[in-house]
Amino acid sequence: MIPSIPQPRLIRTAYGAYIVLFFIYLALPLVVVAAFAFNDSQFPSLPWEGFTWNWFFGDERPMIGVFHERSILRAIGTSAFVGISVALLSVAVGTSNAFLFNRYQFRGRGFLYVLMLLPLVIPGIVLGISILVFSSTVANGLWDGVKYDAEILRPGLVLVILGQFSFITTIATLVISARLQKFDQTLEEAALNLGADRMTAVRTITLPYLMPAMVGAVVVAFLMSFENFNTTLMLVGSDAPLTIAMFDRLKEGSTPLLNAVSLLLMLGSSVLALVMIAFQRKG
Amino acid sequence: MRNQARLGFYLLLTPLLLWLGLLIIIPHIDMALLSLRERVGVGRYASSLANYGTFFGEPLYMWTFARTAMMSVLATVITLIIAFPVSYYIAKMAKGRTQSALFLLCLVPFWVSELVRTFGWMILLRETGLFSSLLQWAGLADGPVEMLYNDAAMMVGLVYTSMLFMVVPLVTTLESLDDAVIEAGYDLGGSGFSVLREIVIPHAMPGIVSGSIVVFMLSLGNYLTPTMLGGKDSLWFTELIYSQFIVRFNWELGAAFGFMLLFLSSVIVWGTLRLTGQTLEKTMG
Repeated sequence: MIPSIPQPRLIRTAYGAYIVLFFIYLALPLVVVAAFAFNDSQFPSLPWEGFTWNWFFGDERPMIGVFHERSILRAIGTSAFVGISVALLSVAVGTSNAFLFNRYQFRGRGFLYVLMLLPLVIPGIVLGISILVFSSTVANGLWDGVKYDAEILRPGLVLVILGQFSFITTIATLVISARLQKFDQTLEEAALNLGADRMTAVRTITLPYLMPAMVGAVVVAFLMSFENFNTTLMLVGSDAPLTIAMFDRLKEGSTPLLNAVSLLLMLGSSVLALVMIAFQRKG
Repeated sequence: MRNQARLGFYLLLTPLLLWLGLLIIIPHIDMALLSLRERVGVGRYASSLANYGTFFGEPLYMWTFARTAMMSVLATVITLIIAFPVSYYIAKMAKGRTQSALFLLCLVPFWVSELVRTFGWMILLRETGLFSSLLQWAGLADGPVEMLYNDAAMMVGLVYTSMLFMVVPLVTTLESLDDAVIEAGYDLGGSGFSVLREIVIPHAMPGIVSGSIVVFMLSLGNYLTPTMLGGKDSLWFTELIYSQFIVRFNWELGAAFGFMLLFLSSVIVWGTLRLTGQTLEKTMG
């Protein structure tokens, strides 16, 4: 079935209707989450009690808006910190990996490449517990051996960052590799012929070429970190990132405050996605 | 020059080895060792298979394990069936701007966190939710209808959450199919169905395989959707792992559970790759 081959009208209409239904299905949960952020009620459900901005800006009980709710603001800050750390770390290592796999032929290359892909097929929760187990083994060993209490190896932000980094790096590597593969190496050779040394050639020719992919990888890594749940759940300590904080609240029962946070999240990620698309067009 | 190249090689190799070694390989070995350990007294441990014995001996654990596997396979199949016509439409029927707009629309829901998507389904399906009110308003139900906290609700959530990971690989492979090949199929007397079976699906196989693997993995390892949308009886295996680690503090048993989950997902991923003649490098890389 392609446009150049005529089909009965009924089939075409049914197909079109199916596509419309599919997009309604995709949009529906997000639309209701966004809409109920403005409901002037204690619960994100019908009946509709009227329009209000209180779930964003309200500052007295029972309607404390997002911008006055300290615990949510702190959780957003924590998530942003984790996201930026993970994004920078994973893109740095990802770029290094991309150069390694594209520029060098060595024994064990194929094996290492498969190993590099593995984090994508390990369930996130298993990644989380394995890192939790290993870090406590090390921390306990340090305590038994030299009586040093390695606080950073206990559940907390450092472990959350490491846990997310462990699989987001694979994605960063794939994104950057894809662009590096298309790079014309003779450009670098030309720079060498013109008297540049290797570092200068890479810095002035190859890295600018890679920039769109690196920015894309930073954005993707940041978003993946921001919305990660499974790995974070196992490694989190006392400062909860936003997804964990929202999960804890959702378990106790929801208020439209959560809708307001969700709407802000949607806006934030759309803006980031648009920035990335604009950047890629230019590159 | 030669030495410099070698130095560069080792400089690039080090981060890779540190990452894979310290965060992937050694932690998994450590977890395997932990799962083979049994607590025999205060601070005293012996190596044994007791944790795996507990797993195979307790019907609840085995049952949850099997159920999680079956439900994940089911979620994968449903996602594939829903996503295929849509991906085909985007790749082959829509052209130009419409095509990229539709593709982008598919991506949008997945820029927001899984938590928000699950929350959306809770608002729609719960007793005081939108669907329930709609049914009452239309006169199809007398009182509030609870649609949340059962397997169907959980399935809706799982399929929704992983849709993107099926659509993207399918669209990519279907786009590379030349229209002329489909036309040739029709010219040679094929019906719509035989063209689909003998041309389109074989061509889309790499996309179907990689999409299915990712969707299966995501469903199997999902914690949020079964917890929030599933009911008391729809226990998910990840919930058992969580409760052993965080609630009961029985890390040895939890590690054994983690290994069983890893084993299951590896077997299924490996089996699918073997059956369809694909490789991990080709489907993921």
